[in-house]
Amino acid sequence: MSLQPIPNPEIKSKEIAEQQKSKSLGIEALLRLLKSKTSIIGLIIITILIVTAILAPFIATHDPTTQSIPDRYQAPSGEHWLGTDELGRDIFSRIVYGTQISIRIGLIAVGISMIVGVILGAVAGYFGRWVDQIIMRVIDIMMAFPSILLAIALVAVLGPSLTNAMIAVGIVGVPQFARIVRSAVLSVKETEYVEAARAIGGKHGRILFRHVLPNSMAPIIVQTTLGIGTAILDAAGLSFLGLGAQPPTPEWGAMLSDGRAALQNAPWVVAFPGLAIFLFVLGFNLFGDGLRDALDPKLKE
Amino acid sequence: MSALLELKNVKKHFPLKSEKILSRDKPMLKAVDGISLSVKSGETLGLVGESGCGKSTAGRVALKLLEPTEGEIWFKGEDITNYKGEQLRKLRKEMQIIFQDPYASLNPRKTIEQTLAEPMKIFGMPKVERIKRIDYLLDVVGLSSYHKRRYPHEFSGGQRQRIGIARALSLEPELVICDEPVSALDVSIQAQVINLMEELQDEFNLTYIFIAHDLSVVHHISDRVAVMYLGKIVEVGESNELYTNPQHPYTQALLSAIPETNIHKEKERVILKGDLPSPANPPAGCKFHTRCPFAEEICRLQEPGLKTVSEGGQMAACHFAKEVMMEKVLT
Repeated sequence: MSLQPIPNPEIKSKEIAEQQKSKSLGIEALLRLLKSKTSIIGLIIITILIVTAILAPFIATHDPTTQSIPDRYQAPSGEHWLGTDELGRDIFSRIVYGTQISIRIGLIAVGISMIVGVILGAVAGYFGRWVDQIIMRVIDIMMAFPSILLAIALVAVLGPSLTNAMIAVGIVGVPQFARIVRSAVLSVKETEYVEAARAIGGKHGRILFRHVLPNSMAPIIVQTTLGIGTAILDAAGLSFLGLGAQPPTPEWGAMLSDGRAALQNAPWVVAFPGLAIFLFVLGFNLFGDGLRDALDPKLKE
Repeated sequence: MSALLELKNVKKHFPLKSEKILSRDKPMLKAVDGISLSVKSGETLGLVGESGCGKSTAGRVALKLLEPTEGEIWFKGEDITNYKGEQLRKLRKEMQIIFQDPYASLNPRKTIEQTLAEPMKIFGMPKVERIKRIDYLLDVVGLSSYHKRRYPHEFSGGQRQRIGIARALSLEPELVICDEPVSALDVSIQAQVINLMEELQDEFNLTYIFIAHDLSVVHHISDRVAVMYLGKIVEVGESNELYTNPQHPYTQALLSAIPETNIHKEKERVILKGDLPSPANPPAGCKFHTRCPFAEEICRLQEPGLKTVSEGGQMAACHFAKEVMMEKVLT
């Protein structure tokens, strides 16, 4: 809720009042977001990554999959800015193209988690009783598994590929969303405006989608941004184990895996993809934290 | 005049978490424990009592926002106790509620226009009419049409409560339950809102159930008053009669707590000892006996029913209803 003084419409003339733009909660949250330094840093990192992904063909200096065995394990130089890997491929170009893949993984995996998690959590929290019991016990079972083990098991069943890795990482993220959404829905559904919506004859669907969920958005948005970071990390882990992106796809986790044999002689092969993952996750985490503060100022204290 | 709304021995018990996992009998919080009330069309019934006595729960049960555990609810001569789904939704048009907290009762993500349009949308009013009616409603509650594009957080408490009233009136209801509509407002604003509610009552022929703990406000607005204590009605009667001649010791204690403005008037203060007992574990016999200055053996054993104590139809639930009055005369 805003702390700014409430305009007194009795004093203001009608014209002035009409000109004064009415600020929605969303715009006020955005202004708060832009005041925080960490979220700006996060936002800058994310923007750079997105621009890199879109402009990859123009930024990359080499083709990401062209091999050149004579040039293998070259240290960073003017020709190969970040060196070359075990097959002589340009690491800089591979990382640049890898951005596309990572962003796609992040968005799709988190998209799956969000859609499934929000539906499950909202239904469980809103209807309560046995519906809640059944859904949340299943979620508990999922949470009892270490997430990476569950993802590995899922990929083992589905077969190793980038798409299946995304699905697995998405499913692994569902419990987080379901829990967060459920608790938000539980608190929002007890508010008087939800009671008012019932009193004016609103049906369950209307109350859930027009009143309860819009007021539970803050934690969902925060979890989405934070979840992208985790999803990238999980997907990189799967690729590292050979269960995600298959060669020669320039996926960062797979690049780490390919380069680990030469860790001592050619550390750049591993260091730069690792750094890219680190930056990506850091960007989304900083931005997510900033978002949380902006959307729920009460938490900040 | 026939009764618009009638509650017959309505109970609302909430299950509590049991400490013993395997125990069969679940402990119950008896928020409303058998109340009977009738509200005539066009009148205002005040419902008073201290916090936690079940008055808000009673209001919500009457609207069927909460399902009664026991008892019957009659509205316009129909038994609506078991109305569900579509039947109940149709009924919503005729009975509305104004909430206590104007900061919590408006969806913060909707503009005033959206909030006011929603009930009309639900009941299928065409858009052109809706827009007209929103302007009309805002005008009726003393706001202007340029307010409608704003969000709730841009308004003061009093203005928000006016919006809450406008929403309650948007479907032209007959019965409005006012759940402490002014207790969250500044005193100066309270009077404005109360006056507005009285004007609206005359204009739209509304019937109010006015729930409050502020006795002077209730006296001002109510035709009849019911006093609740621990989920029961202990006294009910015509407003002036009940205020000048309270029969139940609890009502006497409540009324004696109203500050007196006339300094020359000698005032006898009845001070209650102790706190409100827990409605999860109410005392046996008369529920008020633990705090009653006149309690005797019978009060601990037997629960008194409501009995008529005056020719005006005032009723009180006290074993000594007449005697309490006599004692007061003697001292």
